[in-house]
Amino acid sequence: MEMTQNSKDMTIIRRGNAGQILDFIFANSTRICAVIVLLIIFAMMVSLFIGAWPAFKKFGLHFFISDKWNPVTEEFGALVAIYGTIVTSIIAMLIGVPVSFGIAIFITELCPIWLKRPVSTAIELLAAIPSIIYGMWGLFVFAPFFGDHIEPWISEYLGGIPFLGHLFSGPPLGIGVLTAGIILGIMVIPFMASVFRDLFEVVPAVLKESAYGIGATTWEVVKMIVLPYTKIGVVGGVMLGLGRALGETMAVTFVIGNADRLESSLLMPGNTISSSLANQFTEAVGQMYTSSLIALGLILFFITFVVLAVAKFFLLRLTLKEGQRT
Amino acid sequence: MAMDNSGMEKEKTLLEKGFSSIKHTGDVSTPAGDLSSLEIKMRVRDLDFYYGKFHALHSITMDIPEKRVTAMIGPSGCGKSTLIRCFNRIYELYPRQYATGEILLDGRNILSPKEDLNLLRAQVGMVFQKPTPFPMSVYDNIAFGVRLYENLSRSEMDERVEWALQKAALWKEVKDKLRQIGTALSGGQQQRLCIARAIAVKPEIVLLDEPCSALDPISTAKVEELIDELVSDYTIIIVTHNMQQAARVSDFTAFMYLGKLIEYDSTDKMFTNPVKKETEDYITGRFG
Repeated sequence: MEMTQNSKDMTIIRRGNAGQILDFIFANSTRICAVIVLLIIFAMMVSLFIGAWPAFKKFGLHFFISDKWNPVTEEFGALVAIYGTIVTSIIAMLIGVPVSFGIAIFITELCPIWLKRPVSTAIELLAAIPSIIYGMWGLFVFAPFFGDHIEPWISEYLGGIPFLGHLFSGPPLGIGVLTAGIILGIMVIPFMASVFRDLFEVVPAVLKESAYGIGATTWEVVKMIVLPYTKIGVVGGVMLGLGRALGETMAVTFVIGNADRLESSLLMPGNTISSSLANQFTEAVGQMYTSSLIALGLILFFITFVVLAVAKFFLLRLTLKEGQRT
Repeated sequence: MAMDNSGMEKEKTLLEKGFSSIKHTGDVSTPAGDLSSLEIKMRVRDLDFYYGKFHALHSITMDIPEKRVTAMIGPSGCGKSTLIRCFNRIYELYPRQYATGEILLDGRNILSPKEDLNLLRAQVGMVFQKPTPFPMSVYDNIAFGVRLYENLSRSEMDERVEWALQKAALWKEVKDKLRQIGTALSGGQQQRLCIARAIAVKPEIVLLDEPCSALDPISTAKVEELIDELVSDYTIIIVTHNMQQAARVSDFTAFMYLGKLIEYDSTDKMFTNPVKKETEDYITGRFG
């Protein structure tokens, strides 16, 4: 009797030990995985910085505000690419955010059940299309159509508006900053729409029911209940879309025109950081040319980082404000 | 075996306690026991309800008296929640759920396709099992519903919010926290907030779908006191799993089982002298 009791205790202890060892291994292996991420980020920043150093040393702060990009005289400035990156992303967000909202709200709140699955599947398929196909479609189908039918109209009617008119005047080329922004907008829609849809779907049914239960309409429920409930996720979804728009390379390279000149008009060709890199890295000769391109990459990294940080800060303030509203 | 017996005895005494505390909220001159002498707020006629192919309610016919508390009891899945979800047509949010028959609210058939659902829901308020404060301030939680129907000035709205919170016995606890987000209140406070929100739009009927099932005993007692208060102005229909609660707060009780209305009578008759054997079995705990 005593023997069995004893051996039972032994097994319990031994199993306990084995569990502890396994736990130790498990905890440390997950920790290593997490540390790897930090190391990769750090290594990337360091190598980008080392690569970009010659350009920064030569041009200094002037690099950021110069619109000269001349490989022949080795004079480089990032302004055109920074401007193009930011403007195409803004256009993409202006188009993408409202449309994605509409899609997500329709799917979660209004859609008849038989249409729900086809629409959701279509969105997922849209997200799965490789970006080069968007680029090809943009170059061969959308840009000619846009140049022939929409741009003449834009420059005729919007080009005359004081101040804003500068953005919309110019020859209807088809390719250009506006076209790139629109293509980007189309590309970010499936991402944001599916993020929004998933978010809206987790709003508790009882919460919506109680709003409908005091007689709110669908729009009122969306505006007063669904959006406030999901706002953190919504900002996250917008940032995800913005991140993709800022970094998107191939599709933009196809349709933006790749001109290293600063133009006020959105109809004119321009450049973004990623399209400059894609176009020019293979032909970059000389240390200064390569270094300037790497510096562009570092700037893109920095822009994305700032966007993310601003979003986090914004959310933090939002949460703080909520707790303190007395 | 001995354990079992004592458990049953305990239950029995509890039940007796429940009976002893039956309250009558109606005035003494009209005994709650007589439906025919009361004004009828809502008449349900041959109501059938379907979740797709599942036939959930079978030909329910009952009269809900005005300014009285009517309780729905019965085991889980018997259709009591389904029934009150018909009274404000909240089921319509979901596909493939439909009702046939008639529900007459002051003589108007609310199941008619012509019925304005938003107005109906202003007239028939609902409080759910779990507290559902909206993600906004305490003040806005109350003002939300009011703003949908009325265009009140700032001071009128302040008054209305205070009135609703007073009615829900919550004013003292939250008057300094009106700008705080509603989800930061305790569970019991949240539920009273939801009741305040429902009565702020001045409905005629308040549907309570197991309003206390997520609350502690003290909050439950507060909500029950509140029901006693509210019944002088509102017609109240409450779904509950707790038979003592039904006995304590209601004037009339309906017992449902498997989608059918088995028995419906005044609460003291139901709990002391039920006609049907199923009812007796259920309220004495001998069910199943």
